[in-house]
Amino acid sequence: MAHRPGFVLEVDRSTPPTLFMRGEGFSLERLPVGSRIVYPSEALPLLNDPEGAIRHALLNPVGTDPLPALLFPGMKLTIAFDDISLPLPPMRAPDVRQRVIEAVLDMAADAGVDDVHLIAALALHRRMTEAELRHALGDRVYDAFAPRGLLYNHDAEDPENLLFIGETPQGEEVEINKRAAESDLLVYVNINLVAMDGGHKSTATGLASYRSLRHHHNVKTMRHSRSFMDQRHSELHSSNWRMGEVLRKAGVKIFQIETTLNNDTFPKPFDFLQKREWEWSAKDRATFVASSRSLARTPDRIKRSIFNSIEAPHNLTGVNAGEIEAVHELTTAKVFEQQLVHVDGQSDILTMGLPYICPYNVNSVMNPILVMCLGLGYFFNLYRNKPLVREGGVLIMSHPTPWAFHPVHHPSYIDFFEQVLADTTDPIEIEKKYEKSFAEDEWYRHLYRTSYAYHGVHPFYMWYWGAHALEHLGGVIIIGGDTKAVRRLGFKPASTLRDALEMAEDVVGRDPSITHLHAPPILVAEVS
Amino acid sequence: MRALRFERSLPRFAAAKVAGMLAPGRGATVGPLRLVDIDLPDLPTTDWVRLRPRLAGICGSDLATVDGASSRYFEPIVSFPFVPGHEVVGDLDDGTRAVVVPVLHCAVRGIDPVCDWCAAGHINRCERVAFGHLDAGLQTGYCADTGGGWSTSMVAHTLQLRTVPDGMSDEEAVMVEPTACAVHAAVAHRTEGVTVVLGAGTIGLLTIAALRRLVDPRGPIVATARYSEQRRLAAALGADMVVEPGEVERAVRRATGSLQAGAQLTGGADRVLDCVGSSESLAQALRIVRPGGVVDLVGMPAHVSLDLTSLWHREVAIVGRYAYSAEDFTAAFGLVAEARLGQLVSATYPLDRFEDAIRHAAEAGRRGAVKIAFDLRNEKVRN
Repeated sequence: MAHRPGFVLEVDRSTPPTLFMRGEGFSLERLPVGSRIVYPSEALPLLNDPEGAIRHALLNPVGTDPLPALLFPGMKLTIAFDDISLPLPPMRAPDVRQRVIEAVLDMAADAGVDDVHLIAALALHRRMTEAELRHALGDRVYDAFAPRGLLYNHDAEDPENLLFIGETPQGEEVEINKRAAESDLLVYVNINLVAMDGGHKSTATGLASYRSLRHHHNVKTMRHSRSFMDQRHSELHSSNWRMGEVLRKAGVKIFQIETTLNNDTFPKPFDFLQKREWEWSAKDRATFVASSRSLARTPDRIKRSIFNSIEAPHNLTGVNAGEIEAVHELTTAKVFEQQLVHVDGQSDILTMGLPYICPYNVNSVMNPILVMCLGLGYFFNLYRNKPLVREGGVLIMSHPTPWAFHPVHHPSYIDFFEQVLADTTDPIEIEKKYEKSFAEDEWYRHLYRTSYAYHGVHPFYMWYWGAHALEHLGGVIIIGGDTKAVRRLGFKPASTLRDALEMAEDVVGRDPSITHLHAPPILVAEVS
Repeated sequence: MRALRFERSLPRFAAAKVAGMLAPGRGATVGPLRLVDIDLPDLPTTDWVRLRPRLAGICGSDLATVDGASSRYFEPIVSFPFVPGHEVVGDLDDGTRAVVVPVLHCAVRGIDPVCDWCAAGHINRCERVAFGHLDAGLQTGYCADTGGGWSTSMVAHTLQLRTVPDGMSDEEAVMVEPTACAVHAAVAHRTEGVTVVLGAGTIGLLTIAALRRLVDPRGPIVATARYSEQRRLAAALGADMVVEPGEVERAVRRATGSLQAGAQLTGGADRVLDCVGSSESLAQALRIVRPGGVVDLVGMPAHVSLDLTSLWHREVAIVGRYAYSAEDFTAAFGLVAEARLGQLVSATYPLDRFEDAIRHAAEAGRRGAVKIAFDLRNEKVRN
């Protein structure tokens, strides 16, 4: 059966209550009559023969010779791959990275290549654990490479293993992983969950150092990326593309592999979360009631454990390989085929339910800074042309927003929340006053390099990610959040949707227009 | 005269201890503190004068006494029954207002020659506080012979009196004595790096003010404060960074660029002024002070349980900071006026409402208050 596209529903008296995600939980809310709900499309059909499709892409790349023709005995081959932040939720085994990398390794073996390194391109994210690497790459790849030190995490703070490549005409320094830069061929394996992923951003960001990343991970760039999902209007992409050009001119040879997944996000019994409410079966409704009640009585730690164990039934919908820009164009078209929904005009208020997961809390805790980043950085930016909410409008999101942090993964986040946000929430001031000291803090550097901590500067990037929304919006309200934590973010807490809407009216006026972003699954609104 | 008098009564002392453990300040209800009509105290010698208290503060050490939480260390150096109150501004017979310097040192006890510490001006270290022509008592407010500020009349040696300048309000004047304690701690030594003040009750806030205006350390002053009004005041009085108590390890680590080994910072602050004096605060101080650093114990402790391994291993010093010298007291007058410390007097009570007053003082932080005092100015009879 063909998938049904996304669409906009206008709420009337017969519309059933609408699902709002709330972290490790969910609720049904009645939106006022006349509100709009933007629903994602259904999952695109999967590729019936993923291994065959991958092999076909490697043998028939766009813009370059087939992969086997680029492989030769005695060469240095480096395979970089996206880290734990993709896909979301982590996909059911076999992970697409495993499928692609096994195919690449088979071809390398056939060509007699024996100098192969595999690098998790994590930029300033935390290192992947053995279990996470095994899940992403499979035991066969892990056991063949990791024990010999040939499979490892990129280290953006290791001066011995970084190479300065040059500068863009705008003075942006390009410094990436030395092994990758000095290889005869760098194969980059992407999972393109959203249009922002991939392209030159893969190498120029994923394998870069802080010195290099700071040129595009800053407030100015983020405010001029409207949105991150629209490459033509994203300064984040422009900067990465300029860096990609520097890499190309320096002779760094990259064979790009990009994969797209359908938006089949939740396995049973949580699959009702991606259904349209009026199509819920009696079993779905019973599951909703039972799971809501039991989750309400479950301690946070156990709820996290339950949700962190979810593995998405994502399926491969496309794979393209070859020259970066040509590949990325095909990939982006496929991503939008899955995610794009046309919406007529902006509204005064945008509502959204935030799920339990974002790219930076896989197997971890969704701390308040990540709540801000998910809502204002990611969901707000799920648009092309213009945001779903008008300038000066109000964003209402539901999430418990606990004052809770993962002490191993997010140590600098704790300090950022306690010390920086207690002083100011203004991204410009934060950048000017605090970024350098966090970025160069020896303790954070030590934890990033030797433990499983995000880099000291990472919470700043999360805050910058929301800088465009902060500038655009007239107010942000969080329903059901920890009051103290919500206020520390600079937002307003509300206990119910009705309260939040009343509070929002103080900003946008009476009888506001309301749009609800019904995600996940992810959608991108093309707003006319 | 009317006075709140603390009597030696073991059953009431035990009851105060239990009540104080249940809720701070409750010792006032069941303990040895009673509102009584008593005779005026005698003037011990012709060098003593009568003082009619106008305002008398309630201090942390008073609260510990009322709740039966004080150390038995004090038993030989106090005498019963006593009238508490050592933060006092009052009227002299000639109409002038004076602040009491409550330390009962050699000179006011008629001891001649005075001990070496008194001779050197360090009256706070006097070796004779249990001797001389007065009963034992380290300070006015803990001595049976002198009376104390929580009454309508008391006596003071002329050497204990400092005239209040005309422009200074009673509220400012009553803050001079606790401010002198803070000055004494703050100026004890100067450091280049980070200074931490643990606790933002009265003594913590005054210590911040003294550090900022009299020491002005080159490095930042980091303060802990549990309540929002305390945070506001700590910042207003000069703290560069104010954090909640549970956040201070991280704040100091960041401010000093330290690494961390378990819960212990490898580096840390040059100086930690502990204005709480609990087992928890001292343990925290040892976690955040640098090797070779100093922990100044400003808040009055009692029994504490403490792992001293890091003190030994990192050659840290814990130094008590009790009371003040004459110079500190002089500096306190200036600091109170300059920093407008009279603003810290949050509420005053008549003697009749002493239970409310003590409960308010015990819950001051939570109730957005700092200093609670007795107001004797409107008592019907002021002898």
